[in-house]
Amino acid sequence: MTPGTRTWQGELREALSDLTPGVTLCLLFLIAVFMIGAFAPWIAPYGEGEILTNDSFLPPNSQMWLGSDYLGRDVLSRLIYGVRITLFLALIITFLSFFAGVFLGFLAAAFGGRADSWMSRVNDALLSFPALMLALIVINSLGSSFVVLVFTIAFIDMTRVFRVARALAVNIMVMDYVEAAVVRGEGKGWIIWHEVLPNALTPLAAEFGIRFTYAILFISALSFLGLGVQPPQSDLGVMVKENMQAILWGEYTTLYPAFGIALIAISMNVFVDWLLQRSSAKLPDEI
Amino acid sequence: MRDTSQNDPAGDPLLKVRGLDVSVRDKKGREFKIVDGISFDVQPGEVIALIGESGSGKTTISLGCMGYTRPGCHITAGSVHLGGTNVLEQSLPRLQELRGKEITYVAQSAAASFNGAMTIDAQVTEIPVITGAMSREEALAKAARLYSDLELPDPENIGKRYPHQVSGGQLQRLMAAMAMISDPRLLILDEPTTALDVTTQIEVLHSFKKLIRDNNTAAIYVTHDLSLVAQVADHILVLKDGQMVEYGPTEQIISDPQHDYTKALMAAAHLMPEEIHAPPAATAEDAPLLQVRNVTAGYGPAQEIIALRDIDLTIHAGETVGVIGESGSGKTTLGRLISGLMGAKQGGVYLDGQQLQHTVSQRSRDELRQIQFAFQMADVALNPRQRLNKILSRPMMFYRGLSQREATKEAARLLERVGLPTDFAWRFPPELSGGQRQRVNLARALAAQPRLIICDEITSALDTIVAQQILDLLEDLQDELGLSYMFITHDIATVSKISERIAVMRHGRIVAQGPVDQVLQPPCHEYTQLLLNSVPEMRTDWLDEAVVERRKLVAALDNA
Amino acid sequence: MSLTEILWKRMVLGIGTLIFVSVLVFLGTEILPGDVAHAILGQGATPELLEQIRERLGLNEPLHVRYWVWLTNFITGDFGTSLANGADIGTEITRRASNTIILALCTAIIAVPLAIALGLAAAVKPGGLVDRAITSTSLALISFPDFLVAVVLVTIFAIKLRWLPAIASIRPSYDLVDWIRILILPVMGLTFTILAHMVRMTRSAVLNVLTSPAIEMAILKGVPRRRLLLRHALPNALGPIINVVALNLAYLISGVVVIETLFNFPGLGRYMVEAVTNRDVPIVQTCAMIFCSFYVLLNMTADILSIIANPRVRYKK
Repeated sequence: MTPGTRTWQGELREALSDLTPGVTLCLLFLIAVFMIGAFAPWIAPYGEGEILTNDSFLPPNSQMWLGSDYLGRDVLSRLIYGVRITLFLALIITFLSFFAGVFLGFLAAAFGGRADSWMSRVNDALLSFPALMLALIVINSLGSSFVVLVFTIAFIDMTRVFRVARALAVNIMVMDYVEAAVVRGEGKGWIIWHEVLPNALTPLAAEFGIRFTYAILFISALSFLGLGVQPPQSDLGVMVKENMQAILWGEYTTLYPAFGIALIAISMNVFVDWLLQRSSAKLPDEI
Repeated sequence: MRDTSQNDPAGDPLLKVRGLDVSVRDKKGREFKIVDGISFDVQPGEVIALIGESGSGKTTISLGCMGYTRPGCHITAGSVHLGGTNVLEQSLPRLQELRGKEITYVAQSAAASFNGAMTIDAQVTEIPVITGAMSREEALAKAARLYSDLELPDPENIGKRYPHQVSGGQLQRLMAAMAMISDPRLLILDEPTTALDVTTQIEVLHSFKKLIRDNNTAAIYVTHDLSLVAQVADHILVLKDGQMVEYGPTEQIISDPQHDYTKALMAAAHLMPEEIHAPPAATAEDAPLLQVRNVTAGYGPAQEIIALRDIDLTIHAGETVGVIGESGSGKTTLGRLISGLMGAKQGGVYLDGQQLQHTVSQRSRDELRQIQFAFQMADVALNPRQRLNKILSRPMMFYRGLSQREATKEAARLLERVGLPTDFAWRFPPELSGGQRQRVNLARALAAQPRLIICDEITSALDTIVAQQILDLLEDLQDELGLSYMFITHDIATVSKISERIAVMRHGRIVAQGPVDQVLQPPCHEYTQLLLNSVPEMRTDWLDEAVVERRKLVAALDNA
Repeated sequence: MSLTEILWKRMVLGIGTLIFVSVLVFLGTEILPGDVAHAILGQGATPELLEQIRERLGLNEPLHVRYWVWLTNFITGDFGTSLANGADIGTEITRRASNTIILALCTAIIAVPLAIALGLAAAVKPGGLVDRAITSTSLALISFPDFLVAVVLVTIFAIKLRWLPAIASIRPSYDLVDWIRILILPVMGLTFTILAHMVRMTRSAVLNVLTSPAIEMAILKGVPRRRLLLRHALPNALGPIINVVALNLAYLISGVVVIETLFNFPGLGRYMVEAVTNRDVPIVQTCAMIFCSFYVLLNMTADILSIIANPRVRYKK
């Protein structure tokens, strides 16, 4: 081990020097995509719902770089707005599911015993429900809106986060340094905050990336089925659905949003893989 | 390095290792030599011991002799000749033949190294049967013979079981049978007794020795324990950081070590002291600091799995009480009970005559402060994400209400006291060596200004020399601060050197206790005698005598 | 605990889970705001009409009575009638379920052996060219939305090359060749959605076994490579692999729903999506129960198989 002390600047510098070209590319792409999402109204050449032509599925041209969609709107502009909505939803969902899942998971691990076994049992029962079915049932009853989507998917995600967070915390709780804090007489709060959390941060960060990707794919799938984001608002999944006919016309309109989703997800997955390999942290077995 | 072996010009060596280098490549592709220029010979029928501490490269060398390196390592130079063939230049199929028949291997942990999905017989007889050297029946008959030679119970049927159905000591011997079934020319034993309990260890070692002698097999014996090796090896090769330190006949290394490192190893070997000093009589008359009275405790929701029975134990101020026992004896449970990590079913723990509550949360901070616990594995006992300053100042702030500023100052003094530089305060535990971490572990206990420290096997994970330094530190601190220690260990030799009083535990009971000289002086309890009997002596005929004695004692214990 | 005891326990747990799932499906569809009576009548609801419908559907009965009636009906195969057109759900379900089963079965038959083979190939030489190719491709594939591969396949094979139909509607007159023609693209699309995860997880399960001390010992014994993999590694990897396969067959559920919708394939998944769009509660309930039961049973089977595959459980001390 190198002498001297570790600081966050030092760690950051070391992390940056570990970046491979592939990971750097993915990271830059993710940053770019987030910027595009954040500043969509200033970047997009046309408005989100602006109908520019009567011709559906125009091929790319100098005015519309990616051509027109089935209503004659600019595909590029809609793609930029679509990215904005997709990322926005996925971020809220992931943050919500993380706050709830990590909080409950750590709580279960810290208290153990009966509280833990009941929480875990309920969670296992919820996990025995296929995610898409849960979403479809809720949407059937409540209809589809941003609020319903966000809370439903966040809830589904939370069950996964709970499991990972609990397993991580349980593995840390049995370490002797936690026992040392217990025998010193420390309270649960101190133990979670000072002993458990610092050791769970890296795997949790990786899990955040995985759940974020999952949220993007899940919303896109629902939107594609017509049960997610409802027109006139549109995320990338809606764009794929509404432009499906383009295929019959021999145009690639529907592929742009589909590949957009894939590229964001690939970049995130590559980054997560790198993070896990670098820290040789392990996530508990989980999908 | 100094080669003190007399080369026998008469016979060609069976194994000739010359200039062996093994390197490992780190994540960034840089190469590190972990084995550096090793040369030695093994004559037919001879046993050579590779001795070294963790990281000395002893396992890597022994694997290299089989033409094998662990993932990430590779052999960069040197030659390994077995008879006339250079093992390192063989094709994979030829290497597989060599490994199955000529050179065989006994791994450190048989429990992990046996395949859980196959019966023991299937694994022992596998190589001769698939290579066609023996028919299945012949191989099974030979296996049964080997089992019987190794003094395994029920040699006809034990092989029909699966590995998880057999005890650790038996598995280790079964693995030796697996290695011997093809009558190899060279047997490699990699710490074959380290994972076993002390009293089982000599039995297994004895079986191995007999097996090697009866079959006149040459062997490489890898170990960190100099005292054991005297019993089996003809030559000893001492290793440090991948390099040869000293190489010579066993007699010479033991009686006349040349190199300082070998001398240090010898000095730190786990041997019984010549003479056990009686503790000063005065201590026993003071009022006891801590008493455990008539405690019974167990695990499970209603403590129905009993781990401790009728325990009475007294610790006086300023004394060291050694608690000795093998795994499962309840010694660690007793330590956890005193510190409040688990409650008693019956009886109680008294501090200065006042009964303590069972659990940590019910005890007052001042009560908690007075009894500190030092864990066995310093690498998991210190939070890898906290700087030493935080690790050390937290108990001061928690128990003694110091401010962070005061605590930081005192943490620096404390680091100095345990022999570490003060600027270590800003390091994280993973940046420290094992011995340094164990010092921090002790410093954390000291930070509370305790009266009693419960030391749970704090030296057993350390290399012998480092362990000796920690023991010295413990004694210094005791002299200076008047601390009491409860020293939990499986190592009767160590405990006899540092304790005033000892308690011997077996199956959850204390079978003997008292001043160290009385408990360990014959005539003593059979189990104490068995433990004493298991401590190696440097005499070369010790093992055979010890095994005979052991069997008598085990029989007496079983009848009792 | 003996093996049979463990298995019994697992089965009881499975049945308990099924009951829990049925309660959740029922509650989720019945008590959330969108009242069934409202759903039937839509905008033209008057209080009298609502009351009538509620009476007719038994909606005024207490909740647990309705659950019991619904559950017993479901178990006896009486799924009720569609709210949208009054058709008997049972007949429609039978037709569509058999289509979905054909689709899923074809996918499983192709995907499972392929995934295990690829996972093994990658794990046998970690860090090698084959491994790097397989891991990076599968990393990309798991990032694809379920519909992406199918859309690309349709673009290439149906639109550009015109070899296969883009739509997979089924006519009664179809013979085997027609079936194969319409199934190729959906099966390929579906295979890709579950393949990548299965490959990655098989790889890590096998790698885990291959890096164990038991395998190192076998290497040091001189066990030939083929035997090392088949006799030493595989039996230990079997349990984990079974779990991987079951877990990923569960992905088939979401995959089936998306792929059927994309190809207009008359299966259960599309049936359910249409029902959700129309808020046709009885259909949603029935389809959800069928999918969920499949999922629960699959997980249970996997657990039972991997318990049986574990020698430590099979041969007790």
